[in-house]
Amino acid sequence: MKRLKKKGDCLYEIPQSGPMHVPAYIFADDELLHQMDDKVYEQLSNVASLPGIVKAAMAMPDAHWGYGFPIGGVAAFDPEQGGIISVGGVGYDISCGVRNLRLGIEKREILPYLDVLLEGLFREIPAGVGSTGRLKLSQKELDEVLRKGAVWAVEKGYGHSQDLAFIEEYGRLEGADPSKVSSKAKERQLKQVGTLGSGNHYLEIQYVQEVFDPEAAKSFGLKEDDVLISIHCGSRALGHQIGTDYIQILGRAAQKYKIPIRERELVCAPISSPEGQDYYKAMACGVNCALANRQVLTHLVRKVVRSIIPASECSLIYDVSHNTCKREIHIVNGKPKELFVHRKGATRAFGPGHKELPAIYTHVGQPIFIGGTMGTCSYILAGTKSGEELAWCSACHGAGRTMSRRAALKKWKGKSVINSLRSKGIIVKAASLRGAAEEAPEAYKDVMRVVEVTHRAGLARKVALVRPMAVIKG
Amino acid sequence: MGQKGMGELRARWETFDHGADIGIRGFGHSMEEAFENAALALFSIMVEDLSKVKPEKETKIYCSSFDLVGLFVAWINELLAQADIKEMVFCKFTALIEGVHLHGTAAGQGWRDCMVERGIEIKGATFTEARVGQKNGLWIAQCVVDV
Repeated sequence: MKRLKKKGDCLYEIPQSGPMHVPAYIFADDELLHQMDDKVYEQLSNVASLPGIVKAAMAMPDAHWGYGFPIGGVAAFDPEQGGIISVGGVGYDISCGVRNLRLGIEKREILPYLDVLLEGLFREIPAGVGSTGRLKLSQKELDEVLRKGAVWAVEKGYGHSQDLAFIEEYGRLEGADPSKVSSKAKERQLKQVGTLGSGNHYLEIQYVQEVFDPEAAKSFGLKEDDVLISIHCGSRALGHQIGTDYIQILGRAAQKYKIPIRERELVCAPISSPEGQDYYKAMACGVNCALANRQVLTHLVRKVVRSIIPASECSLIYDVSHNTCKREIHIVNGKPKELFVHRKGATRAFGPGHKELPAIYTHVGQPIFIGGTMGTCSYILAGTKSGEELAWCSACHGAGRTMSRRAALKKWKGKSVINSLRSKGIIVKAASLRGAAEEAPEAYKDVMRVVEVTHRAGLARKVALVRPMAVIKG
Repeated sequence: MGQKGMGELRARWETFDHGADIGIRGFGHSMEEAFENAALALFSIMVEDLSKVKPEKETKIYCSSFDLVGLFVAWINELLAQADIKEMVFCKFTALIEGVHLHGTAAGQGWRDCMVERGIEIKGATFTEARVGQKNGLWIAQCVVDV
């Protein structure tokens, strides 16, 4: 990529040229840049060519080839400058994200119960292809889920009202309108609220191995050896059907508004157009569905954990989403401005002092959870002040694959992956042996490097490293 | 590669590499056959051995799009949607294509009725690497599916 210019220790730029309205920034060191496929550059340049984009199209350190946007792509659009909203900028699994629960016990206290706890969780939490949830909702009830998100779940008794302060948007993204979601999307979701899914979705029991930032860790209620439960999943079938439906709708809109589209999944419409507004309202339903889903799963986790370890607390540390478009106020040319920030495979990362954070996190910044692999580690980070200036308060979201699913399947058997992890003290229950093989830790990039670069770039700062002890794979 | 023994067809379907997800590809003497065989590739990812699934219950499939590539993506997405709604795994397909409209069927078993080792869930079809066309006299229909 001859056009790339090194702009800093962990920052490269694709200068503005041709149809690009702004430059593109890639947050990476030489090694991560080398691992990125050429499609990342192509897709970032395409994003930089969309109407109304502000400042730059950006790629986080874990960026890889995606659908329209690169995974790890961030871009903000100004509705007053013809800015657009794009299906590809959100992705198909709308609001896929991670929430972490603090158990209030240490590693040594959970070890005697680890096997039985994992068995109990695996029994209670529907996971894998073809699984359905314990809730069977009516259409009317599902509409309430889509309007209210985690607020609906708490009202129904799935969790506590104090949980809501520790979820982005306080558990409910405003602007959701279920009438903008197809009946097919809703029908697919009726039995899927409270399910984990498959692929890279997981539930992990983890412990804090190392603390890098004691002040932030203390605010998050964590210290070395503390036990967490981490849940990674999204909006299930509903989110995907919304994406599928709006690819068609925004495809027609892009033609109508004469927006040049360089990749089919980059279809978009002006934010202010009826089609753009409809997509935002439907996407908000997808976000709320994911927040409700993770809230119901939290309820199931609490039920199992408390039946086995009654002294545990299971408090929600925070819930972050990866695939979203959100209306946010950012400083542009020295003035506050409402922008529509797309984060596709990137985490919102509000820094210290941000008014949307719960009071106990205001001085340290938003907790950010970076999922690694079931055999290595994951991270807890915190938002920074510099992240606002650099990337609209955004950070990486995971490790990213380095080996295709087919290659992993050829190289490993599910049982051998599970046995190998067991020999390292990590217990795995998998709904699919194929899934376990495809998710082998060696099939992923080095999450430590991704996080180091995120930290060095100033996008977020390291708070703690957590290690898996027991894993449920969908 | 999928099941062999289709005359000059070396295989009915195959999967192909993609960085984070996986590609499905169907071959056929006709476009319809390529669509049907790509559907076999799709559901072969979702169970370990699709030959163990019986075509006990049939459901009708209809979809349309702007063009043939869009129609193929819509076909795969519609199969996934119906599989979700009916809680089934499909193993046998028919497709009749008229312009950019497809009328077809999918037959299979309810997840609860078939005792097969489960594979992984496919969230949906994408336009990445999506193609419908002919090569060496055979029809090929393919796309990457989101895992």
